[in-house]
Amino acid sequence: MSQEALHQPAVASPERRSALSAGFFRKHMREYGILFALIVIMAFFQIVTNGILLKPINLTNLILQNSYVIIMALGMLLVIVAGHIDLSVGSVLGFVGALAAVMIVQWHMNYVLAGILCLCVGGVIGALQGYWIAYWKIPSFIVTLAGMLVFKGLSLWVLAGQSVGPFPGGFQLIASGFLPDVFGIKGFNLLSLLLGVAVAGILLFFSFRSRLRNRAAGHDDEPGIVFFARNFILAGAIVYIAWALSTFRGFPNVLVVMALLIAVYSFITTRTTIGRRIYAVGGNEKATRLSGINTERLVFLTFANMGMLAALAGLVFAARLNTATPKAGLGFELDVIAAVFIGGASMSGGVGTIMGAVIGAFIMGVMNNGMSILGIGIDYQQVIKGLVLLAAVIFDVVNKNRS
Amino acid sequence: MATILEMRDITKTFPGVVALDGVNLKVEEGEIHALVGENGAGKSTLMKVLSGVYPHGSYEGIIEFKGEECRFSGIADSEKRGIIIIHQELALVPLLSIAENIFLGNERANGGVIDWHETFQRTCQLLAKVGLKESPQTRVSDLGLGKQQLVEIAKALSKEVKLLILDEPTSSLNETDSEALLQLLLEFKAAGISSILISHKLNEISKVADTITVLRDGSAVSTLDGTNAGVSEADIIRDMVGRSLNDRYPPRSPKIGETIFEVSHWTAHHPQQPGRKIVDDVSFQVRAGEVVGIAGLMGAGRTELAMSIFGRSYGVNISGEVKMHGRPVDVSTVHRAIAAGICYATEDRKSYGLVLDDTIRRNIPLANLTGIANGIVVDEHKELAVARDYRERIRIKCSSTAQEVVNLSGGNQQKVVLAKWLFAGPEVLILDEPTRGIDVGAKYEIYSIIAELAASGKAIVVISSEMPELLGVTDRVYVMNEGRFVGELPTSEASQEKIMSLIIRSGHRN
Repeated sequence: MSQEALHQPAVASPERRSALSAGFFRKHMREYGILFALIVIMAFFQIVTNGILLKPINLTNLILQNSYVIIMALGMLLVIVAGHIDLSVGSVLGFVGALAAVMIVQWHMNYVLAGILCLCVGGVIGALQGYWIAYWKIPSFIVTLAGMLVFKGLSLWVLAGQSVGPFPGGFQLIASGFLPDVFGIKGFNLLSLLLGVAVAGILLFFSFRSRLRNRAAGHDDEPGIVFFARNFILAGAIVYIAWALSTFRGFPNVLVVMALLIAVYSFITTRTTIGRRIYAVGGNEKATRLSGINTERLVFLTFANMGMLAALAGLVFAARLNTATPKAGLGFELDVIAAVFIGGASMSGGVGTIMGAVIGAFIMGVMNNGMSILGIGIDYQQVIKGLVLLAAVIFDVVNKNRS
Repeated sequence: MATILEMRDITKTFPGVVALDGVNLKVEEGEIHALVGENGAGKSTLMKVLSGVYPHGSYEGIIEFKGEECRFSGIADSEKRGIIIIHQELALVPLLSIAENIFLGNERANGGVIDWHETFQRTCQLLAKVGLKESPQTRVSDLGLGKQQLVEIAKALSKEVKLLILDEPTSSLNETDSEALLQLLLEFKAAGISSILISHKLNEISKVADTITVLRDGSAVSTLDGTNAGVSEADIIRDMVGRSLNDRYPPRSPKIGETIFEVSHWTAHHPQQPGRKIVDDVSFQVRAGEVVGIAGLMGAGRTELAMSIFGRSYGVNISGEVKMHGRPVDVSTVHRAIAAGICYATEDRKSYGLVLDDTIRRNIPLANLTGIANGIVVDEHKELAVARDYRERIRIKCSSTAQEVVNLSGGNQQKVVLAKWLFAGPEVLILDEPTRGIDVGAKYEIYSIIAELAASGKAIVVISSEMPELLGVTDRVYVMNEGRFVGELPTSEASQEKIMSLIIRSGHRN
């Protein structure tokens, strides 16, 4: 670098400002690119399905269908950012569902107690795998591949090869329940709409506050137009979805759980020291260890967390199907991993966002749903999804090489 | 003498930056031509143009090799003509044997079937030429860096080399290996092979170079006759930095206080061979405001000593005692060592010091995240303030603290590493090869930072393979060889000869 380039004026001149926003776009192409891709894909299917895609009943379905993928994608993002992979989540989901069925249906255990026990089992499974990966340095690919086989077999054993169900009504509510209609308006769940508006308002408030603070500190580089467009599109989308869902049956319980989890994990990854450390471990494990950070424990915890989220997804899935089958969870790990990579995470670790993973999961979900509405065969669906995953990653690599 | 290579008016631009601006370079047949300049002066870019990494058409200017104009479209083209470049980071496959590496991509084969007999025979001849006594079947990962360098050169020789380009070949070699390598260059010269030597080590250059071209900010500022005794290192440095550095080390007036840091009877064993002592009964102490050097050859155990103290990051069966202010402290994990006030900046900043793809802002607080957080929540404003503060204080040159450290020059990366450790608030700072691979101007700045830290009462330990550097910045020097401390000298009484003789005599005793 030449010396002159290093001594830029501290105050941005007008030309520099526009160069800055071009640079801003290049740098954030990935983040906006994926959101843009989701919007384009939704618009496309909205048109070709004659508006079925965004109908309240289909929106509700879309959320229910993808909830377990999104829940697991949150954990998988942490695992992948830390530089690892977890192939066992599909099997763990199936195993925990089977366990829940046996406890609740066959042993007549209280379903709340059974649910808590299942989450603990998931956490222990994750911790066991994490133990070998973190403290014995056995590659996560191998440990979790083994886990995938083991838990697939164990769910067959637990269920004795049979489907077990149905669940009591209270348990089913996790997946098929909706927020109560406290205002008693017929055909319209006002509580859901109010919640949606409130969430949109809170998001706008925090965005504006942090923008103002950043401006005050002088390190804000997002052009105004992008900021307003981004925030108002997001808020608008939330309010629209809330309104649409309210005209059907209101917010599914799963959506509330999911939204809370997304908020919590977003906060953890972007704002907390533990989040920082996970990114640092994925970015350069040796340097992080020599900075006094207990890298083993972090990796261990990300896997334990993944196990617990897989267990939660297992409960949701079993409740949704209202039965536990030995085939539950087959191949889910691939959907989850694909969602995280479409969302911009890097195979080598250190890169990726929660919002990206969630959007990635929705891209996969909308495509599944849209193509099913159109009656496209499962054969073509697989091919198309595979190509989308490849395209997203190629886009990433090209983008990175260009900068 | 005939001219073998002439590069005329080479101009290469990257978006927004002129990397080379009308550079002329002329190399005679059978000469050693040194290319010097600060990092970023354009040396590597010039060599990439020459070797075809930047193909014809992506730059302006003319390359003439042996009187013919060349338009290389890739490395394969330039290699065919006999121009071979050996990069600073060696391009060997560690798990393959010496012979396999030498003939990689150029296998001795009949119709795709490798002729191992010929391969081994040719390898033995080549190894004899470079003076490496190893079996052709030895795995490259079992060789030291110096020997790996020789394998690279043997590989170049296997391709009928006419012009050998070496990019900082001795930057990670010890004195003996460097000496052997330079000797080899002189032998090649006698055999009529020209070489271009890129190096920061001016003493080596003045030893072997026939001609010296100095690059600065993308232009060739001067060409000096290396055989002329009148050309001094000071002349070269002045041309490199564009200003004269009267003194290569900042002046200091040490105010030395009481002993802060004390290590006694420290012993550590090799992690794979538990019977082997890598650090053997080492004791030393450092006082407030003092800069203490640890001299020694590569492999003497200096890095291992520092890392075993710093949270047992190296070795097994570690015994001994560390005291701060006379009280024993627990240094069994990195976290505890930092809490005790001991910090260690590694010799390999890219692998062990920085999260390269992350920003300056996020790298600096890594060793002290609680310092920028309220509870577990990171305060980004505090983080920014810290980053800006260190950017000012230790003069990190960057366009913004949001810049990724991978894009910084070596010197600035090193400053980010220093900032990281300073923010961790140490009383004792161990710096391992703090100026490796960084240019003269930036070295001076690092030395200034060391001097300032000492003046503020910190205890500093500097591990370095460059003896002039140790003599320039320290107050006292320990000499280490084969895991043991074999001598201690006040810097005022030390000299390179004295240190070397301590090392050599201790070697004989064993």
